[in-house]
Amino acid sequence: MDDYGPLWLTLKLAAAAVLLLLVIGTPLAWWLAHGRTRLRLLFEAAVALPLVLPPTILGFYLLLMMSPKSAVGGWWLQHTGQTLTFSFTGLVIASVLYSLPFVVQPLQTAFEGIGRRPLEAAWTLGATRLDAFLTVAAPLALRGFATAIVLGFAHTLGEFGVVLMVGGSIPGETRVISIAIFEAVERLDYATAHALSLSLLAFSYCVVLLVYVLNRRFPRVLP
Amino acid sequence: MNRGLVSLLLLISASTGASEATVAVAANFTAPLQQLIADFSAHSTHRLRVASGSTGGLYTAIRQGAPYDLLLAADSLRPQRLVEEGVAVAGSRCTYAVGRLILWSADPSAIAADPVMALAHPALRHLAIANPDTAPYGVAAREVLEGLGLWQALAPRLVRGMDIGQTYQMVATGNAEIGFVAASSLPTPDPTGSRWEVPPQLYSPLTQDAVLLQRAQDNPAALAFLRYLGSAPALQRIAALGYAPANRRACGKA
Repeated sequence: MDDYGPLWLTLKLAAAAVLLLLVIGTPLAWWLAHGRTRLRLLFEAAVALPLVLPPTILGFYLLLMMSPKSAVGGWWLQHTGQTLTFSFTGLVIASVLYSLPFVVQPLQTAFEGIGRRPLEAAWTLGATRLDAFLTVAAPLALRGFATAIVLGFAHTLGEFGVVLMVGGSIPGETRVISIAIFEAVERLDYATAHALSLSLLAFSYCVVLLVYVLNRRFPRVLP
Repeated sequence: MNRGLVSLLLLISASTGASEATVAVAANFTAPLQQLIADFSAHSTHRLRVASGSTGGLYTAIRQGAPYDLLLAADSLRPQRLVEEGVAVAGSRCTYAVGRLILWSADPSAIAADPVMALAHPALRHLAIANPDTAPYGVAAREVLEGLGLWQALAPRLVRGMDIGQTYQMVATGNAEIGFVAASSLPTPDPTGSRWEVPPQLYSPLTQDAVLLQRAQDNPAALAFLRYLGSAPALQRIAALGYAPANRRACGKA
């Protein structure tokens, strides 16, 4: 059980990150899909950045930004009594940044596919904006949500470089499965490395398989 | 390339005596190695290439047949295993440097006359050490804390760097208030902050061993560089970079 502690911690981290990503990513994706300002191109590019940047860059800047010496990290320490680095909360924040494009992009594609017209119809029928989104747009974008959730979750599972730099490998707090595997390989404990790697491999395969199943299941939304 | 050209090239390299070798080096010694190679190359026609990584990673790569000629490890365990496994030349293993452990803080007043006070300070949030699973400096730090009777009490405050370089980074960026780092990580000649040089009797020696790999047993470049590692200029340079000299099994004596 103790050997699989990092696995549970990783699942917990991925779940927390995806939940937060849905809250942040849904309005962001909607705005990117239907916003009327040219500014959104800049944001679109910024959201895609974690796709191309090495995780060490993100990790390094997070290490500086979340440090108790910095404005953000210092404020957090003052108000919570805990540091952002070397904490589960810090990892959730890092994961949200790191997995942002994996959630926002499928949602944005889905929202673009729906277009504004179904919503405009709902508005004319007297629905509030939120109402129209929840009852009209969200069900139509179900496949986009499913893909976003699965990809965001899976991508967070495999996170290594960022966690390595801001985590500090604290058991039960920041020692996620990729870190535990790395440490096991380094101390030549191949049995543990195999056990953890195979469990992650099997899990990841199931998750990716699920994406394909979902893609068949939900009807493609046509404009 | 045709056979004539190949034999011509072989003839040229044999006549000048120059050969080439690849040195696999533990990350913590990469920068010192670059300086040593620059020095070595000034007096030699041999050419050396450098591949850097964690000692465990390099060990695994070598077992899988990575084309390295010389390994400069961060410990003595991995070179010893390579000899036992017949992958490295028996009798070639030697100590090229011995690491020095420093308790360091970026805060000039954090470590005063009594370093144990700094470690046992109730307001201490994070003490950074290298991960004992992945880094010899981490094992040394654990030995020191165990010896001081603080290991249990400090366990909840420990944060672990993957290697000693990352551990230094944790302290330098202020994320950990204090940490056990390598003397070689600290800027010379004038490190800022406060420090305590941990007495060597508090931890097992941080012996860094080099070993010649089987494929290079007749490689002139690898052999020459191994001899150079034990020379007076090389030892002087290694000491200036924050390492203690080997007190036995020094390189270049065989």
